[in-house]
Amino acid sequence: MIELKHVSKRFTTADGTVEALTDVNLTIRDGEIYGIIGMSGAGKSTLVRCVNMLERPSDGSVEIDGRDIGALSEAELRNVRRSVTMIFQGFNLLMQRTCLKNVCFPLELAGMKRHEARARAMELLATVGLPDKANSYPAQLSGGQKQRVAIARALATDPKVLLCDEATSALDPKTTHSILELIRRINRETGITVIIITHQMSVIEETCDRVAILDNGVVVEEGEVGTVFANPRSDAARRLVFPDGAEAVLPGEDSGERRLRVVFNGAKATKTPLITQMAIDRNIAANILSASTRCIGDKVFGNMLLGIAGGDETVADAAAYLTSVADVVVEEVKNDV
Amino acid sequence: MFNGAFTMESLQDALPILLNEFPLAVWETVYVTILSTAFAIVIGLPLGVLLVAGDKNGVLPLNKGVMSALGVIINLLRSVPFLILMILVFPLTRLIVGTTVGTVASIVPLVIAAFPFVARLVESSLRELDPNIIEAAQSMGASPAQIIMKVMIPESVPSLISNFTIAITTILGYSAMSGIIGGGGLGKIAINYGYYRYKYLIMFVAVILLIVLVQIFQTVGDKWAARSDKRLKR
Repeated sequence: MIELKHVSKRFTTADGTVEALTDVNLTIRDGEIYGIIGMSGAGKSTLVRCVNMLERPSDGSVEIDGRDIGALSEAELRNVRRSVTMIFQGFNLLMQRTCLKNVCFPLELAGMKRHEARARAMELLATVGLPDKANSYPAQLSGGQKQRVAIARALATDPKVLLCDEATSALDPKTTHSILELIRRINRETGITVIIITHQMSVIEETCDRVAILDNGVVVEEGEVGTVFANPRSDAARRLVFPDGAEAVLPGEDSGERRLRVVFNGAKATKTPLITQMAIDRNIAANILSASTRCIGDKVFGNMLLGIAGGDETVADAAAYLTSVADVVVEEVKNDV
Repeated sequence: MFNGAFTMESLQDALPILLNEFPLAVWETVYVTILSTAFAIVIGLPLGVLLVAGDKNGVLPLNKGVMSALGVIINLLRSVPFLILMILVFPLTRLIVGTTVGTVASIVPLVIAAFPFVARLVESSLRELDPNIIEAAQSMGASPAQIIMKVMIPESVPSLISNFTIAITTILGYSAMSGIIGGGGLGKIAINYGYYRYKYLIMFVAVILLIVLVQIFQTVGDKWAARSDKRLKR
């Protein structure tokens, strides 16, 4: 379990003090995939670096399994970092080493024997699907392949926690999906705790169990992904859920329409047009106020905001109809949020 | 001024010198240059590493006073003209080699002049490295010494080779200058025959050979740097 208690971080610059994080309190459970989302400059990268003390908090403490890692000596901290590893937006592979030797690197640092390290590294390259790239150099790989090597490298020391700092931000949607799939698979198979930092809602929707929304160094919302995104309460959350502005898609109260937010968490895409089918089957006309969905492989991610004219019964009926599809979450959006 | 440099007569005059003295001179120039560069790297590489690692944002921040003192000493040595430096280090040369004259003796001032230059070149090579790679190594639990030995230096090898090539060609030029105070090699021949005895043809040949040597060092260095760089796709 990772506990951040009252973590604040201030940077002193030429123009004075900048407060990057303010009183952040988070608890991340063992084995979960935890997302931290926010706009650029919200303090996400600083926050994730506090977890392995690449940045030391100005105030507050970070405890991993009850151990205050801010109080450790440099040598002890280096040991902790073998069990809390990290992947990055820019991959940060050693460009003059082969992929195999990149994966060997953390093992070399830990003092493992060369042939044992090589055997372990080969195993990991196979895990991430690149057994044939052992002797290639990073420059010869695509972005997605580089991130796979970086993941293999991060897993080499058998860590308990994997920190992902915008790990998919430099990748195209398809590659992003395959990397997230790999991270989920590793999480399932090894029970590793994963913390994902991102500015993309799709990454959180697709991967995370719980999410914290960071705005200007403050955690403004936290909870289960479905709950937070289905009913965003804070301004920051609404900006993420309705990137074009919530007001633009939410008509005034007097329109008489009720609104349903439909969240697709990897629902199976079918040939049937869902909304049209609802109109035919249930005779409910839905007005699509906004939609941001994408198909990745044969699955749908994203969300849709529907305006439905009618009473409680009609809305409940529509919600029930839509929820009958697996991996779709439906929530009514109130105006007073 | 150079009238008569290329007459039949001057050629006949020069031929025995070209045949008897040039092979040795070329050899002296090459080994003095290579040895001096090697020693300059031995001293300059650790200093360059220190300049980067000891920086306040480096992997092993050192006392600010120590760092500024180091910077001042390096700048000081670099600002003394080589000709003057050779004379200034006479006592040191005598201490190490036993004499201040001769080919071997010229290695001492060459190293003294070159190591601060090499330190700055190493510094600039190491600063080119993406700081994110160093951060990644830190995130994996690398100690400052491990970061220097396993990340900073190996990742900078192509750039270091390029910069050492610059160093060796510069030192080659200095070694020619050392002919004035008794250093051997092509520089000595150019000065002794060309400047003191007006045998310009000899001087021209010596200069051409120096140019050829620079070309060879530069070409080999460029090839080696390119070959060692794994960032280039092949």
